Amino acid sequence: MIEISGLEKYFGALQVLKGIDLNVQKGEVLSVIGASGSGKSTLLYCINGLEPIQKGSVVVDGTDVHAKGTDINKLRQKLGMVFQQWNSFPHLTALENVALAPRIVKGKSKAEAKEIAEKQLKHVGLEDKLNVFPNALSGGQQQRLAIARALAMEPTYMLFDEATSALDPELVGEVLDTMRLLAEEGMTMICVTHEMGFARDVSDRVAFFHKGVMEEIGPPAQIFGQAESENTRKFLANVR
Amino acid sequence: MNQTISFFSGFNVNDFWFLGEAALRTLWISALSVTIGTVLGGFFGWMLYEGRLWATLTLAPVLDIFRSVPLIIQLVLFYNFAPIVGLDLDPFGSGTVILTIYTAALVANVARGGIEAVGKPMRRAARSLGMSYWQDMRYVVLPIGGRAVFPAWVGVALGVMKDSALVSVLGYVELLKASQILITRTQEPFLILSIAGAFYFALSFPISRYAAQLEKRWAQ
Repeated sequence: MIEISGLEKYFGALQVLKGIDLNVQKGEVLSVIGASGSGKSTLLYCINGLEPIQKGSVVVDGTDVHAKGTDINKLRQKLGMVFQQWNSFPHLTALENVALAPRIVKGKSKAEAKEIAEKQLKHVGLEDKLNVFPNALSGGQQQRLAIARALAMEPTYMLFDEATSALDPELVGEVLDTMRLLAEEGMTMICVTHEMGFARDVSDRVAFFHKGVMEEIGPPAQIFGQAESENTRKFLANVR
Repeated sequence: MNQTISFFSGFNVNDFWFLGEAALRTLWISALSVTIGTVLGGFFGWMLYEGRLWATLTLAPVLDIFRSVPLIIQLVLFYNFAPIVGLDLDPFGSGTVILTIYTAALVANVARGGIEAVGKPMRRAARSLGMSYWQDMRYVVLPIGGRAVFPAWVGVALGVMKDSALVSVLGYVELLKASQILITRTQEPFLILSIAGAFYFALSFPISRYAAQLEKRWAQ
């Protein structure tokens, strides 16, 4: 379980998160929507400790992410993350991209790491691209590679930071399908997204962020049907 | 009785071996300086990148000095003044020290550029997988950044090899010094400098060819 309470985050003098309280249960799929600059991506970075926080706390399975003694590298193995820019390692083949972290971080043998990588690449439908370098893959394939790379660490949670925003429109579908597949398998997911269809169909809850505040959270039917907040309704009217 | 003593004699096969041996010394002092200088320079580049205040205040100006002052002046100054502080080095030692620092000063900027070439998003992706700072450095930044600045580094290495000719002013008999010795004896500067030039070319060309091949392989 991820427990966020009173989370405040500043970039210099600019406050980007203004006291967020949010719990995510195991098995839940949470979509986070909102305009650019509303702090939703920053929230993900604060959850896996890529950004320090100024106030409040983030607790993952009982471990305080931002506490001094926390082994953040160990904790991050629980928190797979997929970014807007897929960031494939260009000097490694698809297989090596996925096998690297299990090998060096978890200390798996070469053979074990290879097995894990093959399994996860098959999982995301890239079993015929094992020995291909990333620059020979399409954006959609590279993003699925990034998903496989994160899954190879056997995370408990997956964080998606606008995973489809940088893709050509015709490539969005294959990545969303992969994310749907994970959701069906019961993965706990927090998806920062602009794909309203995905948020509505796949999520258990949808959270709307506005200017660093979580304005509203609830089941998709509530957020998309009868949002309480004026800002939520305005935002949704604009994106539709 | 009109015996003459000839001060001059023509170029012969032994002289060719003499030059070949000197070319090996050029290769040796260059390889040594470039190797140690690259390791040092990589470390300096990392310090500059991390941008700790003291690195910016102390290291950067020192490296600037070594990059800006002509190598020949550095060599002469170091060779003549090092003994004053108790460092009694022979020409080879002095030459190696200065060439190493000179290489390090040049490589530091190349290395910093290499680290910068690996964007923050890439490094965050690596860290998000649970890699430590040093694992990220070793398995992501080094190979990606290293390839990005490899051509620049080859340029530095070849440049230092040619600049090692300046160590001749200290009396170390490398390729250029050997040529000067032979020219004095044979009075055939054109021939001997051509041969020396050919030796320099023979040292550089395989390296630049090999480097080009590596780059091609990485580009695929």
